[in-house]
Amino acid sequence: MLQVQDLHVEVGGKEILHGVNLTINSGETHVLMGPNGSGKSTFLMALMGFEMYRITRGRILFFGNDVTSLSVNERASMGFGLMFQRPPTIAGLKLGKLLEVIQGDTKTNSQDIITSASKSMNMEDFLNRDINHGFSGGEIKRSEILQMIIQDPLFIMLDEPESGVDLENIHLMGISIAQILEKQKPIVNRKKSGLIITHTGYILDYLDVDKGHVLIDGEFKCHGNPREILKLVKKRGYNECLRCKKIE
Amino acid sequence: MSDSIQQMNDLNEEDRKRLELAGLEPDMKNRSGSFFQKDQEICQIASDCQGIEVLGFADALSRYPWVSDYIWRAVAKDKDKYTRYIAKQNDPKGFVIIARKGSRTIYPIQACLFLSDSPVQHVHNIIIAEEGAELHVISGCTSASAKKSGSHIGVTEIYIGKKARVTSTMIHNWGENISVFPRSATIIEEEGIFLSNYVCMQPVRMIQMSPIAHLNGKGAVARFSSIVVGTEKSMMDLGSVAVLNAPGASAELLTRAITTGGTIISRGRVDGRVTGTKAHIECKGLILRDGIIHAIPEIRGEVVDTELSHEAAVGKIAKEEIEYLMARGLSEETATATIIRGFLDVKVDGLPQALQQQIDAAIDAAEKSGF
Repeated sequence: MLQVQDLHVEVGGKEILHGVNLTINSGETHVLMGPNGSGKSTFLMALMGFEMYRITRGRILFFGNDVTSLSVNERASMGFGLMFQRPPTIAGLKLGKLLEVIQGDTKTNSQDIITSASKSMNMEDFLNRDINHGFSGGEIKRSEILQMIIQDPLFIMLDEPESGVDLENIHLMGISIAQILEKQKPIVNRKKSGLIITHTGYILDYLDVDKGHVLIDGEFKCHGNPREILKLVKKRGYNECLRCKKIE
Repeated sequence: MSDSIQQMNDLNEEDRKRLELAGLEPDMKNRSGSFFQKDQEICQIASDCQGIEVLGFADALSRYPWVSDYIWRAVAKDKDKYTRYIAKQNDPKGFVIIARKGSRTIYPIQACLFLSDSPVQHVHNIIIAEEGAELHVISGCTSASAKKSGSHIGVTEIYIGKKARVTSTMIHNWGENISVFPRSATIIEEEGIFLSNYVCMQPVRMIQMSPIAHLNGKGAVARFSSIVVGTEKSMMDLGSVAVLNAPGASAELLTRAITTGGTIISRGRVDGRVTGTKAHIECKGLILRDGIIHAIPEIRGEVVDTELSHEAAVGKIAKEEIEYLMARGLSEETATATIIRGFLDVKVDGLPQALQQQIDAAIDAAEKSGF
């Protein structure tokens, strides 16, 4: 599904990613780990195509098509989706209205879909509120997941879905993300793939993940079993990854 | 169908559309009454709501001499050259709406002031809501599509009795060569409520107005909401004033202004004259194309325990907001229009649905023309 080849990304004239390679096949979910400031969010933002994240070298292939020079909405239309860590507040724009716009007029029972998805994310009372305005940490995440359900992308990037979320909400987030990624289906029938940034690994309690990657100083220092990596990092910190350098 | 309504229907297609855009329903669907004045000719007066009368200015005076007590009481006759111009007219036109004690409109009364052939249209309007009455008025002011130049000068005096509630929704849809000078003031008695909504999203040469609310009764409430778009060459000098003269009185002055090349001066003033009062001014401006948005909020407190505040912001649409929506699959144009739409979406509590729909329709029309 996704192939990233030798990706170099600059932000404000400073190179943050120094040649990143990654392949995610259909139906796979990968996690991205690394210390603060290592370039994880930059990687997701560059994959989504935000203007501030300038790709200076390398390319991004999606189902074999080069999307490196495509705009954000063109990538979204092809199947890229991003759950933001800190989405902006948009005054006057109601969450419900945005969901309608995202859905477009393609589906006949669009309102039913929005209603049932909102119910499943406990967001029915937020449909008439300005998007993200005064939302708590957990509410922002639930709103983001709800938008993902409606947008229905093929490749879903999740930027720290558990941060700022209480235990009860983590459970809801976990099972919802598993559903979005079609974890109930066997991998051969799964069309959705995911890339999740996590610091805590709580999300791994709810879904099986195929691979883990450790990004340090804008370069991958380790690829492997995500649970093993996490266990090691918890015990010895990311310095261990620098020493170990298990790069396939 | 009466002859008078026929006159509205007799207009050409384009002018009919302009009237509809200004909130007028020629067939009076969802309306409790109607007043239609073309230039200086009153073409239609109708009311089918018990306890609420819609009259022409002269007719009201001859039928109810006491109405003269309300003339030039809220607005000073010699306030400026425009009020003096109205005061010297021998045969003033305009409407008088009287909502008797306890009466209530479910649907709004529509008042249409249509500038067609005359160089100047002048009106003197009076709205009286007696104790406990509830009245909703939508005023649509527009000019004929073929009208090359002209002026509209109007005085409107609104009297809101004890526990009465009046909403006044004014939609302006003038032309780029029309100048408009409304002068209006409202006196609100004890626990009276006044909601004033002003929408102008179409080109105009010049509009200059600053309605005043005198909150004279305990617990009186006034809320002014203005949604304006300053198109290229338009000059809009708009304001609203609330004078808090009684304990418990409160006011809110809200403006959403967008310029696409025109000039918008957004004035707001609140005066806290007695204790236990509060008021807030909020002006948000968006500059989509080079133009001017000049916000001038003024707050004046005279006593201990009056709470007055203001906030004003002028800027552009944040790139991160556009990109956030683009990440959901919206094109840059759709994302921008969606954000602008939200910016203008000021929902007014207590406004009948039919009127909110009218405001939404005016925003829709502006959105379709690409702001």
